Amino acid sequence: MNVVSAMPAPAADVRLLSGNHACALAATAAGCRFFAGYPITPSSEIAERLSLELPKVDGVFVQMEDEIAAMAAVIGASMGGLKSMTATSGPGFSLKQENLGYAAGAEIPCVIVNVMRGGPSTGMPTRPSQADIMQARWGSHGDYPLIALAPASVREIYDETIRAFDLAELYRTPVVLLYDQVIAQLSETVALGAAHPRGRVERKWASGPAADYKPYAADGDAIPAMPLPGAGYRTHTTGLTHAEDGFPTQNPEAVTRNLSRLFSKLDGRRDAIDSWETIHCEDAEIVIVAIGISARAAMRAIEECRAKGVRAGLFRPVTLWPFPQAALREAAAKAKAVLVPEMNTGQLRLEVERVLAGAPVKGLNLFSGEAIAPAQIAASITALAKEVR
Amino acid sequence: MSIDTAAAFDVTDYLRKQMMPHFLCPGCGHGMALRALLWAIHDLEIDKDALAVVSGIGCAGRLSAYIDANTFHVTHGRPIAYATGLALARPDLHVVVITGDGDCLAIGGNHLIHACRRNLKLTCLMLNNEVYGMTGGQVSPTTSQSRLTTTTPLGNAEPHFDACALATAAGAGFVGREVTRHVPKLKELIKAGLRHEGFAFIEILSDCTEIFGRKNEMGSSPEMMMRQKSELRPSAYRDTVDTPFRANDLPTGILARNDRPEYGAAYRSAAAAARNGAR
Repeated sequence: MNVVSAMPAPAADVRLLSGNHACALAATAAGCRFFAGYPITPSSEIAERLSLELPKVDGVFVQMEDEIAAMAAVIGASMGGLKSMTATSGPGFSLKQENLGYAAGAEIPCVIVNVMRGGPSTGMPTRPSQADIMQARWGSHGDYPLIALAPASVREIYDETIRAFDLAELYRTPVVLLYDQVIAQLSETVALGAAHPRGRVERKWASGPAADYKPYAADGDAIPAMPLPGAGYRTHTTGLTHAEDGFPTQNPEAVTRNLSRLFSKLDGRRDAIDSWETIHCEDAEIVIVAIGISARAAMRAIEECRAKGVRAGLFRPVTLWPFPQAALREAAAKAKAVLVPEMNTGQLRLEVERVLAGAPVKGLNLFSGEAIAPAQIAASITALAKEVR
Repeated sequence: MSIDTAAAFDVTDYLRKQMMPHFLCPGCGHGMALRALLWAIHDLEIDKDALAVVSGIGCAGRLSAYIDANTFHVTHGRPIAYATGLALARPDLHVVVITGDGDCLAIGGNHLIHACRRNLKLTCLMLNNEVYGMTGGQVSPTTSQSRLTTTTPLGNAEPHFDACALATAAGAGFVGREVTRHVPKLKELIKAGLRHEGFAFIEILSDCTEIFGRKNEMGSSPEMMMRQKSELRPSAYRDTVDTPFRANDLPTGILARNDRPEYGAAYRSAAAAARNGAR
């Protein structure tokens, strides 16, 4: 993509922001009033910015003693009624997983930013990767659904951060915002203001008589109304499997019913949750599937290839989990082959292979700590096009 | 101590009757700790709607479900961290943490020391029964040396933590200890903790009779209770200067106090000053 031509016309509210700063500003715009975090490269700018922004709006910033505590405090604040967020990177994301599972199981809205850096373990703190794609979906133990969003530009980080809060609050679920170190620390101009959606979504709070209230009973929409502490409901919240009354149960029917509802809550809303971008897929012989900075490089490669007569297109999941599978099937319906460039050994490719079972899917995998260059993708497209012609 | 209020206090007013009978073993001390907490809540006339109880995992962690309040049963070792978020978000609530010796000192030890240092208003009750009871009786950070547990079949070779000395050293604004044998005294200590404007840490010496007591042939529940203050659980900081383990010298009551500023109020006042244009 030609970034310069995509710039919005200068206006009073245009700012030069890094991805992490855009995330922080979007959080307060979305109504976030609590952030707990722990310093970790390359996500620390989000915490730093929010330590300045939150006091301005009567919010609370706290730096906790570790990553686990930060996730726990975010859930605690959300249970208290505030829109809440934490931000971290690989090692910290690993540490947060147990409590992330608690948020999923107890249905506590929260937003978790994971800026992807090279791994495994301490890995490459200042270098990009996209190797937490599968961890974002499956990182905590047990079966649970969640939403993960994968923005590809600073402007999109701003928009998707706001959407992350809206989805978390609407559906009472943790939402992971997953982006790589490149766009986290890349500075681009972003037009803030009326053109962008503002978080106005409010959680469904319990109302009505306390005597009849069951905290995990949901009417047709599968989303239980949440009790606000102090409002007279005096309920119990637990990470144990629980019945509609919120108290622990191991009754097989109650357990099955509750977990089924948890999944149906998101499964039944794919039209609202799925989001993606397609570029030139209509006539593409090669469809590229990519996220984050790899998708940006792919946009440039596609232009170069098209100029040379190779018809390539891009399918870019913005909602990464649940994966927008119906949209990918449609976008790749006429393609002869699919290319998945990603900064890992082939995680997104696994999902693409599952969705397009039987179709020829190739990977372009770079896990050296470098971003994939447009020329590398263009070369892969050209080679793949020769193979399938 | 006012025995008079005992007449007015009916513990069932504060319990979730649908959760009875409770699941604690016969002879377990945790019920007395729970009674003392609810009695303290009653004496201080804390509105149940304004009471939030956050508990971790283990026998102590299960107590929150019995309390007719806003209750949160969270992950192992993390109740102080969850409560930190809740209390910062909702300074209008009385936030009480119920935790056990393993929950608080082993897996959750980091949260304890930083909560002591940070001094956010929370009342933390650590029920110390010297053992991981719910998982079947494994050694904990407070198990006395030489004790038998399912993971120290040869006798515990590790020294135990003195949780109150730890909390004091970490800067807790209020540190106290009491035994479940003295419920009215324990109630008064909890009341003092609840009134403290800052982080209050209270260690409650409880007994695991069914698992720990039986394994170590410590006798009946009353016999175990009578030894709660004895040499069985010496004070770590005394045994560094004294010949260890004099009988009946375990200090109880309020052990440490300071008047460091409460974190939540300090944060909010700095934020308000910044909003008003001050630095």
